[in-house]
Amino acid sequence: MKNTNDTQLIFELSQPGRRAARLPGCDVPERALDELLPAEAIATGPPALPEVSEPAVVRHFVNLSTQNMSVDTHFYPLGSCTMKYNPKRNERAAAMPAMADLHPYQPEETLQGMLEMLFHLQEYLQEISGLPACSLQPAAGAHGELAALLVAAAYFRDNGEVRTKVLVPDNAHGTNPASATMARFDAVSVRTTVSGFVDMDDLAAKLDEEVAVFMITNPSTLGLFEPNMQKIADAVHAVGGLIYLDGANMNAILGVSRPGDFGADMQHYNPHKTFSGPHGGGGPGAGPICLTEKLAPYLPAPIVCETGKRFSLDYDRPKSIGRVRAFFGNVGVLLRAYAYIRTHGPDGLRRVSENAVLNANYVLSRVKHILPVPQGNRCMHEFVASASELKREKNISAMDIAKRLLDYGYHAPTVYFPLTVPEAMMIEPTETESKETLDAFAEVLFRITEEDPELLHESPHTTAVSRPDEVRAARQPVLSYHAQ
Amino acid sequence: MKPEELLFAKTHEWVSVADEGGAKIATLGISAYAIEALTDLVYIDLPEVGKQVEAGQPFCEVESVKAVSDIYSPVDGEVAAVNGSLPDSLETLNSDPYNAGWIAKIKIANDAGLSDLFDHAAYQKQCGEEAS
Amino acid sequence: MPYLYNTPEDQKAMLEAIGVESIEELFAPIPRELKLARPLELPAALSEMELDRHMRELAAGNAHAGEKVCFLGGGSYDHFVPAVVDTVASRSEFYTSYTPYQAEASQGNLQVVFEYQSLITRLTGMDVSNASLYDGASAAAEAILMAINATRRTGKVIVPASLHPEYRATIATYLENLDVELVTLDTPTGIVDADSLAAVVDDTTAAVVLQQPNFFGCVEDATSIARVAKEAGALTISVFDPISLGILTRPGDYGANIAVAEGHTLGTPMSYGGPFLGIMACDQALVRRMPGRIAGETVDRRGNRCFVLTLQTREQHIRREKATSNVCTNQGLFALRATVYLSQLGPQGLRETANLCLQKSRYAAEELCQSDRFSLAFDQPTFKEFVVRDAENQVDQLLKGALDQGFLAGVPLGQWYPELADCFLVAVTEKRTKQEIDRLVQTLSAECRPEQVCAVPARRSG
Repeated sequence: MKNTNDTQLIFELSQPGRRAARLPGCDVPERALDELLPAEAIATGPPALPEVSEPAVVRHFVNLSTQNMSVDTHFYPLGSCTMKYNPKRNERAAAMPAMADLHPYQPEETLQGMLEMLFHLQEYLQEISGLPACSLQPAAGAHGELAALLVAAAYFRDNGEVRTKVLVPDNAHGTNPASATMARFDAVSVRTTVSGFVDMDDLAAKLDEEVAVFMITNPSTLGLFEPNMQKIADAVHAVGGLIYLDGANMNAILGVSRPGDFGADMQHYNPHKTFSGPHGGGGPGAGPICLTEKLAPYLPAPIVCETGKRFSLDYDRPKSIGRVRAFFGNVGVLLRAYAYIRTHGPDGLRRVSENAVLNANYVLSRVKHILPVPQGNRCMHEFVASASELKREKNISAMDIAKRLLDYGYHAPTVYFPLTVPEAMMIEPTETESKETLDAFAEVLFRITEEDPELLHESPHTTAVSRPDEVRAARQPVLSYHAQ
Repeated sequence: MKPEELLFAKTHEWVSVADEGGAKIATLGISAYAIEALTDLVYIDLPEVGKQVEAGQPFCEVESVKAVSDIYSPVDGEVAAVNGSLPDSLETLNSDPYNAGWIAKIKIANDAGLSDLFDHAAYQKQCGEEAS
Repeated sequence: MPYLYNTPEDQKAMLEAIGVESIEELFAPIPRELKLARPLELPAALSEMELDRHMRELAAGNAHAGEKVCFLGGGSYDHFVPAVVDTVASRSEFYTSYTPYQAEASQGNLQVVFEYQSLITRLTGMDVSNASLYDGASAAAEAILMAINATRRTGKVIVPASLHPEYRATIATYLENLDVELVTLDTPTGIVDADSLAAVVDDTTAAVVLQQPNFFGCVEDATSIARVAKEAGALTISVFDPISLGILTRPGDYGANIAVAEGHTLGTPMSYGGPFLGIMACDQALVRRMPGRIAGETVDRRGNRCFVLTLQTREQHIRREKATSNVCTNQGLFALRATVYLSQLGPQGLRETANLCLQKSRYAAEELCQSDRFSLAFDQPTFKEFVVRDAENQVDQLLKGALDQGFLAGVPLGQWYPELADCFLVAVTEKRTKQEIDRLVQTLSAECRPEQVCAVPARRSG
């Protein structure tokens, strides 16, 4: 079954003179290149691209695709990534020419359907977050973090306040401190307790009037709702700081609790997670942000407005931070989010979170006897189990389990993150999986822990390749193809 | 050099101090224990010769596949030389950490930081505590 | 409810296994006062059929490039997307997978990224490419941050007025809190004048940015710009058009140190401006300062060639606040589309595509300027776009009239360049036929006589 011939590198399939694409002839009077362009601007020859047939292109890439696991082919409980089912009806909507073939500089009167959709999405995201202003411009969650921190910087500058610090819990996603640095703040790490919560003493010690923003992921990376959320928000607000909510884990609280109601001044969404956008092998995402009234003037421009029944782009925002990218935003991803929200309605969204939390707790209850969860026996939409007992007793590591799961046809959980849990396995089943799938997954986890550790160390055995030599890849980087 | 002849920092650097051409020079590397703990090193970012360094401040980095570790200077001074062959032969750090695996020589301006260093026995004790 | 499959019996069994009475109990960790006590105010759920109808109704409110003949450019273009690109990109194993954290179960994605990087280095003549960034504008801003770090110069960054205004705006936002002066170099002739550049560049200049072809469609003297930058010890950042490299000299050949581009033109539809593909390639010496993911070749335990994400210590998940950038993911699906597109076109296909853009746009420019009313704003060679000056200074009315005749005829420039308020930008891709061009010329030349009163469409500003 395995076709290794067509999965050589595309360059190795190349034959001089072969070609797939045929273009139409030139139907206008054609002139010599040197009449049209300065000599030094003309390339000496065509680019060194592969020369292959169209069937070879298709066979090459389709065979490569079969070397991937994906949501459509496998259970994919990759913690913190919310690998839920990607509805096909959304794909159909996004592919309509009147959505896909729109130029960003078309006149607004030719975009009324698009702008109407985007306007309502702004409203829906505001309602779900409990924050009254929205920008759809950022291209990814991390981009949303950057945009929001730049908004915060502009807000404080406008108020004549000098604030230099952004506080980040030590178990936060790496984008949080990296975004703080990009927005020219000093990222200051705040300790978390063994339970995974913000260490209130350490927060108190680091909180002062130089703090611009406290970035918090709630529910946290450990899948827990921060019990001191209100106290944290009050303390940060008391020194004049802002709360930023990393919305990576919104899938746990849709319609249940709103960031704006628990003290957040700003948040981003990951619509490719929460609202089912396909992950595309690593993007595209989108990173819309919502924030409070007082921060609204600083949002990136434009935003979509409605006047009467007409929708338009508002660029007249003198306090805006400006742009964080060209054009409107990652509209294709936003459109799928819109379709997802319309499909669910208020009750449906709440049930999404209820079932995400139910499924995660169910898996937790099934596996905790073999993979203890140091942070307790309950979770929100995901939990972090630890293989440290197995490591000690049987020399089976989180990595071994992750790799062996691939042999059984399951994508691995996120492993070794967060670093605060030894031998961490972060499991997020999502709400779109059935009980049978979860049962089978738990069974397989159990079976793996009973297997010969040697077999596990050498796993996976059935994938296209075995464990790669990452040291070699980093020591002698080969980052592009060079003919032998 | 034998490890017993060297001084060690809490942050796992080793140091030997000598007079070279009238200047007081600290030669510095990282301990065998640290190299082991960092697992397979893949990259070292050597400082530029002439760079000013401060005691207790990082002045260069070593990387494994999934971690970056700072290397701290135990003294104030100026980088006088670096071991230019290291980036292409990182295995030297494993095979000969205390001789061929030296990283940099620092011309000492202020050696007050040296008093915070341990001898080998005390350093090994610290490593034992870290490991437990 | 769609996409939820636990039956009431399942739920009951699951709750029992967990040891709770109700789902509500699982939400007990959230204090009551922080819970939403009402349903969200959102429209009621739609079935698939209702959603389908609703989305079609919304779509009916848009006029797309299939109904209106599209001559719009300015960073997004109506290029042809071969069917094989859609076929490959709609494979579930590509579009519903994620970042290759488990290399063994992601060799398809990893090899595609490796091939993408290889294609981009060949296309640009640069040493290394990353796995892609968000879009062209943010890639340009990231390139400038790279240059500032690499040169350790924090005095100036120089961008020409001929660089896309939204790219300049993005760069300004990224640099807002840095003590770096963003100098905009005037380009009254439509391109950068090397002597004027030499007069502003100095030994505190981290980077000089050029766009090739530039926002006005004009071909810059890239070699001279890169030379001036190099002489001052600044890095040259080229914002290039990937399609143009079928014909134009590669950034690596004219001395660019970092080359970035908007790559949607390689097989991804315009989609009202996103999601797109940020291409970034650079000199070998800069690779450890690059933002974003990079795939590399290695071997597995059986000695077989395979691919992994590598040089990860640059990235936020390891280096956190010291990372080269906060970028996490790449634009995997569009890197895939670009890879399939370039494989399908091959060297001759890309060259012919570029040539069709060049020939047709020059034909369109010349035909349009047959009319006394129109002239080219800049006397420079162009590639696929050109700036037209309307002697009657009625750009908005003109474009509105053309729209009524079925043409998205051009992008008015006054919104960004007050001195070009009587000008608009016209782009001609390989998709436009002679007949469409002739009809556009006819329509514009006949449009909007002074006695006609035309509605003024809403204008963008800033």
